[in-house]
Amino acid sequence: MFSVTFAIILPFIIAALVPFIHRRFKFIHIGWLVMLVPITLFVMLARLIPSVASGKTYIQTYSWIPTLNINFTTYLDGLSMILGLLITGVGSLVILYSIYYLSTKESLQHFYCYLLLFMGAMLGVVFSDNLMVLYVFWELTSVSSFLLIAFWNHRKASRLGAQKAMLITVSGGIAMLVGFIMLHTMTGSFSIREIITSIGDYTDHALFVPAMILVLLGAFTKSAQFPFHIWLPDAMEAPTPVSAYLHSATMVKAGIYLVARFTPVFGGDQIWFWTVSGVGMITLFWGSFNAVRQTDLKALLAYSTVSQLGLIMSLLGLGSIALQYGYSADSVLYTQATFAALFHLINHSTFKGALFMVVGIVDHELGTRDIRRLGGLMTFMPITFTVGVIGSLSMAGLPLFNGFLSKEMFFAATVQIMNADVFSLQSLGIIFPVIAWIASVFTFVYCMIIIFKTFLGPVQPEKLDKPLHEAPMGMLISPIILSILVVGIFFFPNLLGAYILKPAMASIYPMFGDPANLTPSIHAWHGVKPELLMTIGVVIVGTLLYRLLKKWKPVYGLLSSRYTFNAFYNNFLSFAASKSTIVTNKYMTGLLRDYLVYIYLFFILTVGGFFFYSGAFSPNFSTDARIRVYEVILVGVMAVAAVAMLFAKSRMTATLLNGVLGYSIAIFFVIFRAPDLALTQLVVESITTVLFLLAFSHLPDWKRENIPSKTKITNAVISVGTGAVVVLVALAVLNYDRFESISTFFEDAYELAGGANIVNAILGDFRGFDTMLEVVVLFIAGLGVYTMIKLRAKKGDENSEN
Amino acid sequence: METLIILLIGILVAVATYLILSRNIIRVILGTAVLSHAVHLLILTLGGLKTGNVPLLTEADAPYTDALPQALILTAIVISFAVTAFILVLAYRAYQDIGTDDLDALRGTNDE
Repeated sequence: MFSVTFAIILPFIIAALVPFIHRRFKFIHIGWLVMLVPITLFVMLARLIPSVASGKTYIQTYSWIPTLNINFTTYLDGLSMILGLLITGVGSLVILYSIYYLSTKESLQHFYCYLLLFMGAMLGVVFSDNLMVLYVFWELTSVSSFLLIAFWNHRKASRLGAQKAMLITVSGGIAMLVGFIMLHTMTGSFSIREIITSIGDYTDHALFVPAMILVLLGAFTKSAQFPFHIWLPDAMEAPTPVSAYLHSATMVKAGIYLVARFTPVFGGDQIWFWTVSGVGMITLFWGSFNAVRQTDLKALLAYSTVSQLGLIMSLLGLGSIALQYGYSADSVLYTQATFAALFHLINHSTFKGALFMVVGIVDHELGTRDIRRLGGLMTFMPITFTVGVIGSLSMAGLPLFNGFLSKEMFFAATVQIMNADVFSLQSLGIIFPVIAWIASVFTFVYCMIIIFKTFLGPVQPEKLDKPLHEAPMGMLISPIILSILVVGIFFFPNLLGAYILKPAMASIYPMFGDPANLTPSIHAWHGVKPELLMTIGVVIVGTLLYRLLKKWKPVYGLLSSRYTFNAFYNNFLSFAASKSTIVTNKYMTGLLRDYLVYIYLFFILTVGGFFFYSGAFSPNFSTDARIRVYEVILVGVMAVAAVAMLFAKSRMTATLLNGVLGYSIAIFFVIFRAPDLALTQLVVESITTVLFLLAFSHLPDWKRENIPSKTKITNAVISVGTGAVVVLVALAVLNYDRFESISTFFEDAYELAGGANIVNAILGDFRGFDTMLEVVVLFIAGLGVYTMIKLRAKKGDENSEN
Repeated sequence: METLIILLIGILVAVATYLILSRNIIRVILGTAVLSHAVHLLILTLGGLKTGNVPLLTEADAPYTDALPQALILTAIVISFAVTAFILVLAYRAYQDIGTDDLDALRGTNDE
């Protein structure tokens, strides 16, 4: 019996076992075993296709943190089925391909461990119903993708590319987490299904739009949408199987999945419509425009992926307008955009996966993927050439391949949107077909570049390091299967429509009733419609542009490299690093006085500031004890002695003045009837003074301090301020008599403790713990003094205290 | 009386702060000594300076002065003495090894 939870857990279990199995069976390529995992899962999922197509959904819940409403809930419906099939299906093909691509000299156990981690995380993303669990898997895909991009971690470019991908996707992920928490705050639920049913009550909530924007940020960063697309081309430093799997078929579709999943939640809103379709359109254009200038085949494919993801994203945006109308015969027309998006999602995975594998074969067999060094490979690599042409033509949107069908539906959707009578689309709607058409022309141009610059034209064997030859059969199997799918879907698109896309439409438009009404039958030929004319225009203009490529390519030179998003990103990072260094160096001076100034200023500002702010100062002098003459004299002596310390010319004077203070305090203790204190104070003061004098015989003489007068004034101001705050606070708390003093309790010392000296009874009996630990303090100080004097580092001694 | 003593405490705190902010290590230690004097006086004052008898049950009759602050101060005196002694020896050792009593010159070693 199949369980969705099992599908998520299985890759993790195998990932944990891979290193052990690898060590045990060194002679077998570990990939063969790993391949069994996605194949098993694919078969299990595929067996559920008919029941999911008939509208059944599978849900399973395991308690994880029930007190926080976070449970491990898996949910399988039409939408997650598409992604699940892609992840396991393309995953099997990619692992088969990687078995021939990676030699056994590589650290395969790491590679397959990371890949399985990624696969499990990705399945977790698409099958999770609980937002928090979804987020956990979302970040796991970021982490495992980081590990895979930096698989060849001895290369600097790999490490930088991985770092960039990590920074951008994790920033988006955290934004998404905040969005999820907002959703939970609004609706009180972490379950996506429950949120969809109840979100109608919260569309006016203050958090609705912020939550939407934050969730979209997560989706856009993951799916490499403008302007967060910059990490994807740099992630091409990964091994080609990783690029084919993560950066064309699965991980970059996670953002698409998220947008599709949240369409029933946020889709009815105008901001959602314009953000998703607008960002998608810009990405579509910018990716295709930049792909043309690339000379590295993988970089070209990366930009083309960015562009195609923009296409899917914009279609999801356009489709969301149907929610604006609610279900009716007219609004069904707008859902066709979503249908096209899902259709293209599958098509893109097939042809882009094949193309990446083709580029990997070229790179692997000839040692380069620079189109300036390649050419005329057709006669030497006929199979690779065939697959490459099929993939490119499908991407360009030409007939006989599945890309044609989805591209036609895309054009139809952009034309259709002009009929909408909301969001002022009658006037603004025209930009959609225009941008779509221009971007398609560029798409056509770079597809031609792949075909003509790589496989046709003159051979340049002198620029290649390896002899020209066809790839081994094992490496070709996966791209061949994918290209068969590319052609197969063109001829039997409605099979896909009825079994895969129909239930997915039901999950995006849950309130639209029977999904059969939302599922059109796809025809390759549907008469002369605007979309067909647009395609013909794309081919004509695209051919012209390709022919004249040399003439207009200088256009790219106009855009200075200083103003690219990459430069902006790099400048931002170095700016942040240098500025924070400057700021830190500015206040972390290493000078003790500066830190003390911060502490004292903070004390004056917070304590003194709050004191005035709260108006707590209400002194009450009426209960003061009577002042006697000898006390006044003593106070005068102490004040004079203290101030004189500041002006003492020698350290001896200062120490003696400190002694005067100490002995005066002893006299105070006598006056205020504290005999034990007076005794202790006298002894301690004597010993302290002796210690000071002892230390002086080893220290240099007190030099006149060379301190600028400005610093002196600052010090004086801070000192007076600190003293004033202490005085104010002390005066305010004096005579605080809101509670009775507990001291009368201690006056029963004789009955309770058998001691007549109350102070000693407190020290030795009532509060004996204080005394014990105070003895420990003395003991530790003594030990410290002893060790400091006895233990000395000998020069050149390894075991010295340093 | 309390007001007068509190003003004296303010002066002591200001002097201690000024000494602690200086560059010479001995002045800093003197500053901490003055600061502990100020704090001990403060505890005593806030306990109330009402005239009472010495807190010895055999010597006198109630009312006594408050014995709890006295016990607290006694503990504080011993602890501050221990810390002062430790810091003094530390300063002495630092001067022996590094050769300066100027805090601005004591900014970590080169192998940091």
